[in-house]
Amino acid sequence: MIEYNRFVLDNGLRVLVHEDPSTPMAVVNIMYDVGARDENPAKTGFAHLFEHLMFGGSINIPDYDEPLQRAGGENNAYTTNDLTNYYCQLPAENIETAFWLESDRMLSLAFSEKSLKVQKKVVLEEFKEHYINKPYGDVWHKMRQLAFTKHPYRWMTIGKELSHVENAEMDDVRNFFFKHYRPVNAILVVAGNVKTENIKRLAEKWFGEIPMGDKYQRNLPTEPRQTAARREEVHAAVPLDAFVKTWHMDARLDKGYYTADLLTEILGGGGSSRLFQSLVKEKQLFSNLDCYHFGSVDQGLVAVEGKLVKGISMEAAEKAVQEEIDKIASEKVSELELEKVKNKTESVIAFEDMGVMSRANSLAMYELLGDAALMNTELERYQQVTVDEMLQTAREIFRNDNSNTLLYYSNNR
Amino acid sequence: MIKERKKAPGIVDAVNMQLQLKPYEHFVLDNSVPVYAVNAGAQEVLMLEWVFYAGNWYEEKNIVAATTNFLLKNGTKQKKAFAINEHFEFHGAYLNRSCYNETAIITLHCLSRHLPQLLPVVAELMMESIFPEDEIAIYKQNQKQRLEVNLKKCDFIANRLIDEYVYGFDHPYGRYTSTLDYDNLERGELIKYYERFYQRGNCLVFAAGKTPPDLAQQLNKFFGDLPFNREPSPAIDHLAKPAANHQYDILNDANGVQGAIRIARQFPNRHDPDFARVQVLNNIFGGFFGSRLMSNIREDKGYTYGIHSYLQNHIHNTAWMIGTEAGRDVCRATIEEVYKEMAILRNEPVGKEELDLVRNYMMGSILGDLDGPFQIIARWKNYILNGLTEEYFYNSINIVRTITAEELQQLANKYLQPEEFYELVVV
Repeated sequence: MIEYNRFVLDNGLRVLVHEDPSTPMAVVNIMYDVGARDENPAKTGFAHLFEHLMFGGSINIPDYDEPLQRAGGENNAYTTNDLTNYYCQLPAENIETAFWLESDRMLSLAFSEKSLKVQKKVVLEEFKEHYINKPYGDVWHKMRQLAFTKHPYRWMTIGKELSHVENAEMDDVRNFFFKHYRPVNAILVVAGNVKTENIKRLAEKWFGEIPMGDKYQRNLPTEPRQTAARREEVHAAVPLDAFVKTWHMDARLDKGYYTADLLTEILGGGGSSRLFQSLVKEKQLFSNLDCYHFGSVDQGLVAVEGKLVKGISMEAAEKAVQEEIDKIASEKVSELELEKVKNKTESVIAFEDMGVMSRANSLAMYELLGDAALMNTELERYQQVTVDEMLQTAREIFRNDNSNTLLYYSNNR
Repeated sequence: MIKERKKAPGIVDAVNMQLQLKPYEHFVLDNSVPVYAVNAGAQEVLMLEWVFYAGNWYEEKNIVAATTNFLLKNGTKQKKAFAINEHFEFHGAYLNRSCYNETAIITLHCLSRHLPQLLPVVAELMMESIFPEDEIAIYKQNQKQRLEVNLKKCDFIANRLIDEYVYGFDHPYGRYTSTLDYDNLERGELIKYYERFYQRGNCLVFAAGKTPPDLAQQLNKFFGDLPFNREPSPAIDHLAKPAANHQYDILNDANGVQGAIRIARQFPNRHDPDFARVQVLNNIFGGFFGSRLMSNIREDKGYTYGIHSYLQNHIHNTAWMIGTEAGRDVCRATIEEVYKEMAILRNEPVGKEELDLVRNYMMGSILGDLDGPFQIIARWKNYILNGLTEEYFYNSINIVRTITAEELQQLANKYLQPEEFYELVVV
């Protein structure tokens, strides 16, 4: 049970405080309700580039990192398709430094030309390092475009192409900031060796005067229900053939999300999972094979992904995956199998909740989803899933019409 | 109001904070296996680590140690690999194994209440693993494929080669794997290694989390009568044979858009008084986000997504390493900037403001790093395996607090000499 107090400032900033006197540290976590899904399709990668620019100086403070480090703090940030999150950890005595820094960059950035120029280059190198200069680095670019026709999950957080990042301009930066980085679109979580009363005072002092801004009205195109299977072949300079297949699944708050999560565990979560045991160990068709999903807020994807053992044909590999998929979509999983993945989920949650930083991040995430209290009922929602629901959800997800298959062939054969 | 925002709030200097390393509880099993435990944390979770002196330091043939370690859970006299995995996963537990140079480790993460069901199977892996031929064959095939993919990555190649240059290929720290090594591996070699270094091996146990009150009894019941720690590990001396040539340019992928840069020199281990002192110099140089390398090469020039320097975590002898992936056309420029930053550290004392910042940053970072039982035991494990005591911890903190700009400049002159470094670019 994670305890917290919650209050809202007049400008709409939601504040959550989780007191944990067992640590000498404090964590300040600010989540902004904007991710790559909110980007203009002609200017993708922007939410992430923007995250870099948040460290390029704010209106009154030329450098974010230096004063924080001087206060004994560390920080980082990440952007996903759904949201952008900034977090820092510092000795609890120095927590006001974090309020000063975070509130100033919410007030306004410095909009430095130099920072934009350099961070564009940095992000281009990040793009190259992870998605171009790596074998199979473009798999998810291709798969997202195949699986989504309308919804902005069509592109990756890093962006659709290098040119989108290259072409970003200061006007884009300014507009994005004043549209999304307003108190009304943000959640502040403070956790660690802190007292709610003091945090209330600091929040009013530092964030209270920031203009509320307009609540961002998210109005994304919904992905139409898929009615025919899609397939694509790729030939690339990689050493091994790879097989990737996805199916659309329920959104984060839907009941089917929890069932889908447990289904991926049964299929691909670890050494006793079905796909690994059957296709890697017994039939030896794949050298590795995983099943997972993306935890997306909107309707996301269940994925099966693996590399074929040399000499195995794509047809044989695909057929074998399909047999396992057909099985889970036609026969109930056993009570014992369901209990196993529920037990795993219980311990994953317990381990996640060990770190104060991770607890702060989860509270922000659930508040963004609509209610921080969800954090304490998650396990219960998993526990309620029945073997009948597992079958029903598997049938719905693993329809052939709902599938997207990417056959990634090696040129080297 | 504006004025107030330009001025930083007052801070407590982290250098003045009292840092305490929470002591471990220590007990010894009937067979003299030492156990170190840190009981802390609010969640009902536990981590146990069995550390064996079974790393590649002791192997006579490449990858025997790593393969033995990997296949520990792939079949025992009583259970097939699937049944072993199923047992741990059914209890929501994770059983991992990892092989290092001196040591090889079995790690269990679990909910504390499941310990009685899990411990006997962990003991079974240490005494009754059989390394089935079919499991070895699958392992070889899949590892070879994995290697083939990794060999396409410039950073993977660079990490292998730089260690080879610094230590020599025959040294456990410099050796790496080829497909041929997998082909040549035989079951009998694994069994022999297992018998000597696990079944009759030398073992220490580390425990952290919410440890049950009867932890000692539970461990003794399943591990206290195993034949561990009866004979010492063989005394083996591996001498580093560093390469003669110091500069390398490797083309791995003609179409590569980035180069992996590694610049490294030999460095003494933690018992050398310079080790803890150089940690401060390293932080200034390339050890954190605000370091000189990062500020110059990422934040000013945008040549890379990240550049870092660090002292490798080796027990015997070690290396000071600088690593980055930079745009192909700016690799040379990046290397020049690294040497420029070395020269500045040699020629000019670090300013007071920068040094104060780094002191505070390091103290805050240590404080944050002591947060939680897993982090605390990790630090203790590192000290114990390196033959150090808590004195090292308090001495290091004292160095962070008191080292002077003059001492740092002397250290820079002693160690940041370009001709001592190996330099490698892999595109």
